[in-house]
Order: sequence, then C-alpha cells, then structure tokens
Amino acid sequence: MTTLQKKSENPIAHLSAEEIELLGKELDEIRQEVLDSRGESDAAYIRTVIDVQRRLELGSRAVLLASFFPPAWLLGTVGLSVAKILENMEIGHNILHGQWDWMRDPKIHSTTWEWDMASPAEQWKHSHNELHHTYTNVVGKDNDLGYGIMRVDEDQRWHPIYLAQPLWNFVNACFFEYGIAAYDLELGKNLASKRRRNDPAFVAGYKQVLGKIRRQATKDYLVHPALSGPSFVPTLLANVTANVVRNLWSHSVIMCGHFPEGVETYEKTSIEGETRGEWYLRQMLGSANISGSKAMHLMTGNLSHQIEHHLFPDLPSNRYAKIAPKVKDLFARNGLRYHEAPLPQQVASAWHKVFRLSLPNGWLAETTPRNAPAQLAKLWKMTTGGPKVRRALSAA
Amino acid sequence: MSTTVKPSRPTRPVRPVLAALRDRAVRLAELATTPLLPADYLDLVHPLRSGTDLRGRVESVTRETADAATLVIRPGADWAGHVPGQYVRVGVDVDGVRQWRTYSITSELARADRCISITVKAVPGGVVSTHLVHRTRPGTLVHLDQATGEFVLPAPLPAKTLFVTAGSGITPVMGMLRNHLAEPSDVVVVHSSPTPDDVVFGAELRALAASGAIRLVERHTRTDGHLDAALLTELVPDLAERSAWACGPLPLLDLLEEHWATAGLGTLHVERFRTGVVVTGEGEGGTVSFGRTGTAVEADGATSILDAAESAGVLMPSGCRMGICFGCVLPLREGAVRDLRNGELTVAAPGDGVLVQTCISAAAGACDIDH
Ligand SMILES: Cc1cc2nc3c(=O)[nH]c(=O)nc-3n(C[C@H](O)[C@H](O)[C@H](O)COP(=O)(O)OP(=O)(O)OC[C@H]3O[C@@H](n4cnc5c(N)ncnc54)[C@H](O)[C@@H]3O)c2cc1C
Ligand code: FES
Repeated sequence: MTTLQKKSENPIAHLSAEEIELLGKELDEIRQEVLDSRGESDAAYIRTVIDVQRRLELGSRAVLLASFFPPAWLLGTVGLSVAKILENMEIGHNILHGQWDWMRDPKIHSTTWEWDMASPAEQWKHSHNELHHTYTNVVGKDNDLGYGIMRVDEDQRWHPIYLAQPLWNFVNACFFEYGIAAYDLELGKNLASKRRRNDPAFVAGYKQVLGKIRRQATKDYLVHPALSGPSFVPTLLANVTANVVRNLWSHSVIMCGHFPEGVETYEKTSIEGETRGEWYLRQMLGSANISGSKAMHLMTGNLSHQIEHHLFPDLPSNRYAKIAPKVKDLFARNGLRYHEAPLPQQVASAWHKVFRLSLPNGWLAETTPRNAPAQLAKLWKMTTGGPKVRRALSAA
Repeated sequence: MSTTVKPSRPTRPVRPVLAALRDRAVRLAELATTPLLPADYLDLVHPLRSGTDLRGRVESVTRETADAATLVIRPGADWAGHVPGQYVRVGVDVDGVRQWRTYSITSELARADRCISITVKAVPGGVVSTHLVHRTRPGTLVHLDQATGEFVLPAPLPAKTLFVTAGSGITPVMGMLRNHLAEPSDVVVVHSSPTPDDVVFGAELRALAASGAIRLVERHTRTDGHLDAALLTELVPDLAERSAWACGPLPLLDLLEEHWATAGLGTLHVERFRTGVVVTGEGEGGTVSFGRTGTAVEADGATSILDAAESAGVLMPSGCRMGICFGCVLPLREGAVRDLRNGELTVAAPGDGVLVQTCISAAAGACDIDH
C-alpha cells in the first residue's frame, strides 16, 4: 500500500476541511451517546464474560486431569483454547484499554489488570495504547505496521531479506505472545548498541518480561501437568496446543485489523498539527472490520469492529456492534470505504499483502505464466546483486 | 467499652508448622493461577470468605418511613466488629459504577446472626441513597470497609447524656441507644423531623420513652419551626450537666457548636454526614495538591491537571494526552474535577480514591491527588 498522501487517487480529496471537522463532531456525538447510556447492563456484560471465562478455564483444566483419555484431552484442549482466547481478547485487551475503568472497580481496571500473556500489561499498554493507537498506520511511527520486522508498505525499500517475510510472519504467528513481548521491549532497537543494552530501564523491562514468562511457563508447562499426575505429558501437550491456538488466532485477528489490502497508511509529516476530525479520518481509513456472528465478535474481542475500536478505543467493547450501523452510515454519507469482510477473506487479503510486499514493488502484478522465466531471472538478479542493481532493475 | 479503638479480631493461635504449610499451599496455588490469584477464582463461589476483600450480602431491606429503609447486611468473615456510633464505608454499584458512601451502623452488637444493619434516608437526587432505599434487593453484594469513627460513647457512660439529632442524624444515636440502654444513665433525646411520620425509628423511640428508658423531645419542624439555642435551653434545662452528642444537618450542628462555645458548656461530640467538598460552579479551577510529592499547583478550569502539574515540575505519568491510553490515571483522594471533553463532573470524598485521567480532567475546586 502506498501512503495515502502519495496516491494518485486520494480517497479523501473530495472532503473539505469543514466536512472533516463535521464528521469529527458526529463521531464525538456517537461517543457521547454511549457514555450517557453506559450502565448496569454493560457492567453485567463484562462481569459475565469474566465469570464464564474463569469457569471455562477451571472446568477445562479439571477435564485435562484425565487427559490420558483422548476424548478428555480433546474436550479440555478445546475448552482451554477458547478460555485463553477470551482471556486475552475480549477481557484483557479491552480492560487494558481502560474500556471498563468507568466502573471504578479496582478488580476490573486498566491500572490493576494483568493478563495471561508473555508481555506484562504495563509494557503492552505503553506500546499498544500510547504508540499504536496514537500513531495508527503512520509509516515510521506506528511499529505495529509490520512489527519492525516486515515490509508492509511499498514505500519501504525492498531488500532480499524480505523474501523470507512470509515465513517470518508464520513463525511470528506461532509464537505471537513472545513476539509481542519482544516488540514491547523494542528488542531490535535496544539490543543494537551496548549503551541501550545496559540502559537500566531496558534491563528492568526485560527482567520483568522474563519473570512473567517464567511464571506463565511454570503454570502451563509444569504445575498443571504435574497436578495431572499420570496425565503429565498429555496435559503438557494440551497446554502447548492451547497457547499455540491462541497465538495463531490472535495473530490472524490482529492482521485483519490493519493489514488487508486497501487499508490506508500515512506519511509521518501528514499528522503534524492533525485536527480531531483528521485524526478520526485516519482511524476510519486505517482499519478493517471482520463481519460475522456474535460468537465471532466475542472471540475476536470485538476487534472484528476494528474501525469502531480505533475511533473509540475506550468505549466498552460490547457497544461496538451497536454503534456500527451509525458509523457505517457516516462512511457512506461521506463517500468513504467501510472496509469489512468475513474472516477468511480478510486473512487471505492480509497474507496476500505479506507475499506481495516480500517481493519487489510490482513484481507479483507483472508476472504472468508467459513472462515467468524472465521475471524469475530478474528477481534472481535483484536478490544476488547489490543495491545499485536493485535500483536499476526496479526502475526498469 | 473503649472509645475509638477498633475491636481487634482475636487472632487464632496457629501452630508455626501449620502456618508454614498453609503458606506453602497458598504459594503453590498461586503458581497454578498466575497472573490471577487463587482468590479470583474462589470469589466466584464464596465472596464472603475470610482472606478476601471485605464484602457483605444484603439479607433484607425493611422500610422505615416513606423515604428511609434499614438494610441488614451479612458481612464477610473478616469483619472485625464495630463500636456503636461508628460508621462503615459501603461500596455499591449504581448504574454499573462503584460508588462509596458512609453509613452509620444501627444494629445491636449481640445479633445472633452476626449481621449488621444500616439505615439509609433517600436524599432527593441522591445516587446511592435512593438506590439503597428503593432499588436494592436482598442477595445484592456490597463492598465494605472495617467500621471506623469517633462518634462513640465512653465507658463508663456519663451520668447524664443528651443526644440532639435531626432527620437521618438519628442513625448513629440509635446504634448507641440500642446497645447501651441497659447501663444506668439519664438520657435525653431531642429529635427534629419535618412531621411525625418522617421520624426514622419513630415507634421504637416512642416505646423507649414510654418505658422510661429515655426522655424523648420530638420536634416537628413543619409545625414547630427549627430548633435554636434558646429553645434547646428551655427544653433541656440541665444542658450544662450533660455530655452531648449531636448529628444532623450542617446548620443545626453549626448552631449547637456555636452555642456550646459561647455558653462555655462541656464537650459536644458531633457527627457530620456531609463532606466539605465544594464544587464552585462553571469554569472553576482550583488548587491541586499532590499528597505524596508535597506539591500544590494552582490550575485554572481550562487546563488539564496533567499540564498544570507538569508545568509546575511534578513528574507525572502520562501517555497520549488525549484521553485514550489511560496512562495518566491517578487516584483523586478528595475534591472535584471536570472532564474537559464533555464537562462531566467527578467528585471524590475522602477515602474514595476515584481514579481520574489527569490529561483530560481540570480542577473544579480544590483537589487532592494521590501521587
Ligand atoms: C460519617 C457519616 C455517616 C453517615 N451515616 C448515614 C446514615 O446512617 N444514614 C444516611 O442516610 N446517610 C448517612 N450519611 C450520608 C451518606 O453517606 C450519603 O452522603 C447520603 O446517603 C447521600 O448520598 P447520595 O449518593 O444519595 O447523594 P449524592 O448523589 O452524593 O448527592 C446528591 C445531592 O444530595 C446532597 N446531599 C449529599 N449528602 C446529603 C445528606 N446527607 N443530606 C442531604 N443532602 C445531601 C448533595 O449535595 C447533592 O446535591 C453519613 C455520612 C457520613 C459522612
Ligand atoms: S495520557 Fe492518555 S489518557 Fe491520559
């Protein structure tokens, strides 16, 4: 995707500055309506989800005590996977956003919550809430764009190393929670120099992560298997499976949020002096939704309403579905694209982009069965040649 | 009976070996539940057990008058008891939001069921009081703090006591009367309320008076007018000989304190139901003090607390500075703030520790922030 500012057909060119501010006001009104009506039933919703999740987790772990018996293994593993997904997505992610802080319940509060995940809540809140949600899709500022290890935009210069990016992406998906922890620590940047490596803040941060990982691993890979006695190994496998299932699932959902083809990215300079209306507009075009059933929305932690979530990251997740029609209508009235598709389609689209950008700009589009040999030869030259060769060939 | 000291819970002697074993078991359980605590799971089934946050279950709600009700509450196992006259902080979820208010305990100490009771008068427009009186059903869980307060009687009881109360101010006094009347003392109760029907515990007070346990002076302000110093001296001629306890609306308490001071009478104990938090109106601003850093900042009503504090050199947690990330949340110990986005007011009474986003909150009167 080329940043919106460089596109020949700018999707927001038809909007005047006043129209953009008006759009911001309308969104502010939608937000206010939710704030004014937020109450007992919303509180009951999150408490019920937490209650169900805890019972499901306990129940599944209890079933896994007998996991040497294959049906018990299957049932327990499915249950635990679902419980872990609920815990990270609908519960953890949203509480850590402060969506439920208005309840003033210290047990369900962004400042006190800790989640079942390698990255400590505090570090994740910084990189996710402060950086990603503020700089959404701004190339060079929003590290969520490719997590610093992938090429996700045409404007990032191609390098042969990106040929391996589909593989990277898959490995990252399998170990997603550790990827996030490393990413929250800004591991790449911080390990690069000795000064950064020894920075006390960084050292404290990674010790905190290691401690968290140790406790998480002790729970899933030692204590619970040990409690299962003769079912030690099956329980261990069940827990590994549940964690991997959750990693794959959350990775897929999160890819769908900003990666599908057609989601806009932005120039660093474009957000200087950004107004509230412009900020809203950036969020509107920088996110993509997943359409689906209630169960789908629940299991994605309502990140299936990524657009609504990015517009109003602090509104209770159960309200996104309710405001979606109004938001959609606003898109339509302003001639903007409300990016929405079922999960398989969005996942495929995001992966398509990962593959496409792992190759030099335009390569995939230009390649036909007929010119394939010539294209492959060109790719080979670009891969083995130096930067000069690459520049010459990509210009050709 | 002691005055202000909280009765401490008798500690059960646990043999060190057992204690060590128990600690080890708890730690093992924690390994299995991290990052949650075993308590988070146990609370699902047994919220009133020992060792968890103190809660209570509402057992019954009994109407006292048209706008007052008594709630019998079964406190959690860690409830440490109370001294008659003390109050308890009660946390109630109203419209999904946890609200804390204080209520005097009105029950007898020797209740066989170990329950306590509070008696609430619904204040017009009152968030918590109307919810407790009109909408709370038996079975509701509420959050509690241990009882506290210095509005209690000394031991032994003074020979002559006077209680001056008005409206819901009768509640702590009823807590005392129910527990101390067996002791020999000459007790006078002067109680004001709009009409005879509005007297909370009216029948009980009148029965006590009829039995001779107390002398009751009932005043009905609709017909008799408000109480003043001269009138009180007339109603209770031996005022100077009495130790006095008073609870009621602020004007009444102010009047009594002034009279006691000018007439040089003995001690007057007062309990105030309203806090001193003053919301000054539109475009407020005020002094923001940071208890732990010991700084005070003058902030106007258009500047966020975060900005004001930072420009005064206070090191503040922050993040997006636009109300999204919650990286700037700090407890407001006391005072009022206004949301700069929609003008919504948040008020905290002492002990509330309401968490506020400092980046989008401006002072609306004096604020004390825990930082
Ligand atoms: C130590 C102590 C003991 C208390 N014991 C009792 C008790 O035993 N029984 C009891 O009913 N209350 C008692 N209160 C008062 C109680 O804590 C609440 O303040 C009261 O119930 C009002 O809360 P609310 O949420 O309904 O009103 P809010 O929503 O907080 O206030 C609504 C409106 O009512 C006004 N208001 C607030 N408090 C009062 C009040 N007490 N009287 C008149 N107007 C008020 C406010 O200024 C505001 O305008 C006690 C208070 C203290 C400090
Ligand atoms: S600094 Fe982000 S909510 Fe306050």
